[in-house]
This record gives sequence, C-alpha cells and structure tokens, in this order.
Amino acid sequence: MTIDQKNLLRQGIAAAWPICLGYFPIGLALGVLAQKAGLPWWTVAMMSVLVFAGSAQFICVAMVASEASATSIILTTFVVNLRHVLMSSALAVYLQGVSRRFLALYSYGITDESFAVNLTHFREGGWDRYRALIVNHLANSVWIMATVCGALVGQFVPQGALGLDYALTGMFICLLVFQLQGRIYILTGLLSALISVVWYLLVPGDSYIVGASVCAATIGYLLKRRQRSSR
Amino acid sequence: MTFNEYLLLFGGMGLVTYLPRALPLLYLAHRKMPQWLIDWLGLIPVAILSALLAPSLFTDAATRNLAFGKLEFLVAIPTLLFSLKTRSLGGTVLVGMLLYWLGGLL
Repeated sequence: MTIDQKNLLRQGIAAAWPICLGYFPIGLALGVLAQKAGLPWWTVAMMSVLVFAGSAQFICVAMVASEASATSIILTTFVVNLRHVLMSSALAVYLQGVSRRFLALYSYGITDESFAVNLTHFREGGWDRYRALIVNHLANSVWIMATVCGALVGQFVPQGALGLDYALTGMFICLLVFQLQGRIYILTGLLSALISVVWYLLVPGDSYIVGASVCAATIGYLLKRRQRSSR
Repeated sequence: MTFNEYLLLFGGMGLVTYLPRALPLLYLAHRKMPQWLIDWLGLIPVAILSALLAPSLFTDAATRNLAFGKLEFLVAIPTLLFSLKTRSLGGTVLVGMLLYWLGGLL
C-alpha cells in the first residue's frame, strides 16, 4: 500500500470505530434471536449481506418466528427503510457529479449510523467519497461478522457487558452536538425531539423518524426564510 | 424453509432496502439542486438525529409510554456535556458506555 492509501484506511477506521463498537452487541443480539427463531447461521449471513439494515432484520426475525408471509415481511421492510430516502438525498449535496457506478456501490452502505458519521465529516471538510466508502464497508463487515457470531455462539455472551448497548446512543448524542451550528439548528433539533416523542406515542410503527424529521426541517426552513426576508 | 425460499425473502428485502438508499442519490447527484432543497436538506441531519434519539431517551419501548428518569436519559446529560466540552466523538462514546455500565451496576 502507498502512504496515501494507508492514510485513507487509517482515517476511515478512525471515523468508523464507534459505529463498529455499537454494531457488535446489536449484531450479536440479532444472531441469538435468529438462532432461537430457528434460522440457521448461514441464513443470518445471507440476510446481513443482502439487506444490511438493523431494525428491518430484527423485525424479519420476529416475523419469521411468527410464520408471517414473505410478502408481508418484504412490505414491512420497505416501510421501515423508507427513511433512507432522506439520508440519501442529504448525502447528494456532497456527492455531486460522482459516477453512477460509485454511487450504486456507496448506496448499499447507507445506514442511520454511517450517514450521520459521513455527513458530519463531509460538512467539516477534509473528507471525500473514498473515506466515506471505507466507513460504510467497515461498518458492514463488522455487522455481518457480529450477526453470524451471534447465531453461532451468542448465547454465551453476557447481556449488557461493558455498557456496549450505549455505544450508538453516545455516538448519536455527539453527532447531534456537531450539527448544532446556530440557533436555527438548535430549534430544529428541539422541534424534532418533541414531534418524534409525540408521534412515537401516538402512531404505532417507525414512521416517527421520517415524520418528525420532515416536519421539523420544514418548520426550521420556513422560519429561517422568514427571518432572512424580514431583514 | 429451503435455500431458494430464503434467497427470495432476503433478496426481496434487500431490493426494497437498496432502492430508497440509491435512487435519490443517483438522481440528485447529477442534477443542479435548487437552493431551497439544499437549505432544507441541511436541516435534515439534526432533525433525524433528534428523532432517532428522543424517543429512546424519553419513552419506554415495551409499553410505548412516556418514561422520565430512564437510565438512558440520566446518562445522556453528562454525555452531552462531555461532548459539548471536548467535541470528541470517540471520547463521548466511551464516557457514555462507562456511565451506562456503572449506572446499570447500581
């Protein structure tokens, strides 16, 4: 490897390790549940490679366990993962004019976590699509490994070890802090927190993420525009 | 289930997961995006992060009711202060984990 490639990899790892740390216990848990639901370990590997979406995979395992039809599992997966439309669109601001082949590969790895980490780095500068792709694929590799480990030996790992369950929450808190770059961002964040909690309590399912994000960003945008035009 | 049934199920799930991830990016990255869209999308990350976090801090997932004073929330306060002060992602993750672990032992 050249020095450039080594730097690329080092910076990718430096950005991705909190995600990997967080994915490990979740992946293990998924593997354990899958094994209990009667899914062989190789189907867990297949699912993690083909789908790569944490919450949808949990729902899939639960639905397989209750003998739901493939159609209803696929439909549920679609609804749960629609939120990535927003993330994919927001990333487009930083990936203008990049080749479609690269984007097709990159899109595979867009998750809540890789989106949040990469977008933060893109905004701060000194970040490019290759480093972002490394983050996506490191997270993906750890996810696949962790879910398969869970299916094979997960039942021997103690629950809640070392506070690992809090890794992703801690990461989201810090990435949220990085996003607070002015009053309008703080306001949008508070609005989204409020709307998401109310939505979560009132509406079953996962629509609260997209619902609250769209509402809060739209209100924040309108307020910002009014402020600008009143000056 | 047979191998082919698994492949069909996971392939279908993979497709409906991949398309929402890929289509907006493939479409928008090769068009001149209007300024209002760029401004609006600029507020999406903070909104998404808040929406991902808030219900896990203020509600109970099993009963889907409001829950104040959860360990997740109590740990979030010092974790938030730490990240405001240090702006270190790795440090924040480790501090959050440590406090959550200690809190669980109490």
